[in-house]
Amino acid sequence: MSALDVILSGTMLAQTARMTIPYGCAALGGVLSERSGVVNIALEGTLLASALAAVAASHASGSALVGIAAGVTCGAAVGLVHALLVVRGRVDAIVSGIALNLVAAGGTRFLLRALYGSSSNSPRIQGLRFGEGWGLLARTLLDPFLLTTLAVVGASAWMLARTRFGLRLRACGEDPSAAQAVGVHVVGMRTAAVALGGAVTGLGGTALAYDLHQFQAGMSGGRGFIALAAVIVSGWRPWPAAAACLAFAALDALQIVLQNQTKLPSQVLAMLPFVATLVALVLVSKRRGGPPAGLGKHPA
Amino acid sequence: MKLTSSRSLPAAVAGLAVGWLAFCVLVWLYGASPRAMAGLVLEGTWGTSYGAGQVLFKATPLLFTGIAVDLALRAGLFNIGAEGQLAVGSLAAGVIGAHLPSGTPALVALPLALAGAMAAGALWALVPALLKGRFGAHEVISTIMMNRIADSAVGLALGAGGLALTGTVRTADVVPGARVARLDTWLPSLKGSAASFALLFGIAGTFLVTESYRRTRFGREIGLIGQNARAMAAEKVPVRARLEQALVVSGAIAGAASLGTVLGYKGYFEEGLGAGAGFGGLAVAILGRGSAVGLVFAALLFGTLQQGGLAVNAFVPKELMDVLTGVVVCAVALADEAIGRHSAMARRTAAETVVS
Repeated sequence: MSALDVILSGTMLAQTARMTIPYGCAALGGVLSERSGVVNIALEGTLLASALAAVAASHASGSALVGIAAGVTCGAAVGLVHALLVVRGRVDAIVSGIALNLVAAGGTRFLLRALYGSSSNSPRIQGLRFGEGWGLLARTLLDPFLLTTLAVVGASAWMLARTRFGLRLRACGEDPSAAQAVGVHVVGMRTAAVALGGAVTGLGGTALAYDLHQFQAGMSGGRGFIALAAVIVSGWRPWPAAAACLAFAALDALQIVLQNQTKLPSQVLAMLPFVATLVALVLVSKRRGGPPAGLGKHPA
Repeated sequence: MKLTSSRSLPAAVAGLAVGWLAFCVLVWLYGASPRAMAGLVLEGTWGTSYGAGQVLFKATPLLFTGIAVDLALRAGLFNIGAEGQLAVGSLAAGVIGAHLPSGTPALVALPLALAGAMAAGALWALVPALLKGRFGAHEVISTIMMNRIADSAVGLALGAGGLALTGTVRTADVVPGARVARLDTWLPSLKGSAASFALLFGIAGTFLVTESYRRTRFGREIGLIGQNARAMAAEKVPVRARLEQALVVSGAIAGAASLGTVLGYKGYFEEGLGAGAGFGGLAVAILGRGSAVGLVFAALLFGTLQQGGLAVNAFVPKELMDVLTGVVVCAVALADEAIGRHSAMARRTAAETVVS
């Protein structure tokens, strides 16, 4: 089978759809956080921490749903810590993000040894079982994680555009002082937005771990950072961010397919998503409409 | 948060206190005795002259990457790419060092290898610098992407590029002239530890860089740009060029960290050598911000944590120390901010007292 056949096959499509989920959730978490005015590079650590939380809870309880709840809760918790440090403590958001990523990277390895006595991976878990006996296409498109992600993207877009909460959230992101002056509780709004974004990212981390049926040290593999780039490329909007994530996921899937099909050194393909991210950042740079005007600013 | 504010001692003390607390809690949760583990950490680091030497060895690359990150931070730029810049710099140092004629005198070989490492690091930082200056791409994202690309590129150069010895992921040995001598040739009590004279280069570099913040035009300009870029643009300072230059110089310094790893320790480059020092440098810079003494102290602190992690690894996972690093960084940043606000409030109260 030639590389082209594989690319056009259903496997590639299924691969892309599966990989879109963690990217998409993390990017959505980034949109929610940054539209409220809080830069969030802790997405990477959030994915990692929630992946372990999901696996650990699912392994201990034997229930996939408990694992999902744990992953989402863990994501929200990381978001909450980031928010408390940045919004209440006024620590620089990048500093907080770097520190949280470090804690997540070290902490997950620490817990891996504490819980399972291994420095590289957890025992296997069952993951989410659904649609046994369905075709590949149905199983891909009706994946509960994919459907939930899509629903969350839609809900977020609607929330940001139409609801009182969403408008206030955006007001905090565009001009925190003005928002404060008209009576919006900027600190509370931002804390809620970042924690909510963390919860959504946690869903992505859970999907990532369930997809591989285990936790592996460092398994987020830069996806949180790429998702953040997708946020920038999208102009901080939910649907375009999801679309950008689809593109990055397709590239990721392509990379894996080509890895098996061609004689190119594996490293050339491995750097592809990251080079593409840089190119995408350059391509969107001339576009009008930058980040939320109050990104990183505190109310007076 | 002012990125260029000088660090206050109380914030550092608060950070250490929180770090100690986190250490106790984590060790206790793991089921070990915090007191016994703290004893092991002390014994394995400053308790013996070998341990102290190993701390100095671990602190050396951290000091270089720390000043690298600090210089960029001075201009308001987060160079998260020190990791990748160090990787390509180390590769360059290893390759150049290995390809020199074997009799090359140290006065020629060492500067050549160092220059190669710095050039490679600078080149790796040039990409995010240009993306920032010409296209406004945020340096945090682009430097992170360059780290990932460096991982693959170094592997590619070693493997498919044929720079590694056949069947390995390491370069040939560098010529003796390009090696940095071990400190134990001078201080026999450090015998066996991997600390090298690269540490002294690092300390000299730290004072050189922090002095340049005050004494050179470039240093003063990037500091002022970090505080208020628009005001500097109005003063006809070429802000864009200065930002690009700051990131490139930062990359060059990060590349120089290979003095401690490739030239001072292994004597060759292998894949993964020095990994983690780039991220450690971020912590060093955040703690020691702008002050030579602070940077050296921070590098020693995190060097101690790294070496201490190895000392307790048989009982408690050494990754504990990564967690502590993150916690200390958060605590110091938080305390610094709280103290800054407190003193600003005190100043205001004092001013009001004078007026009334």
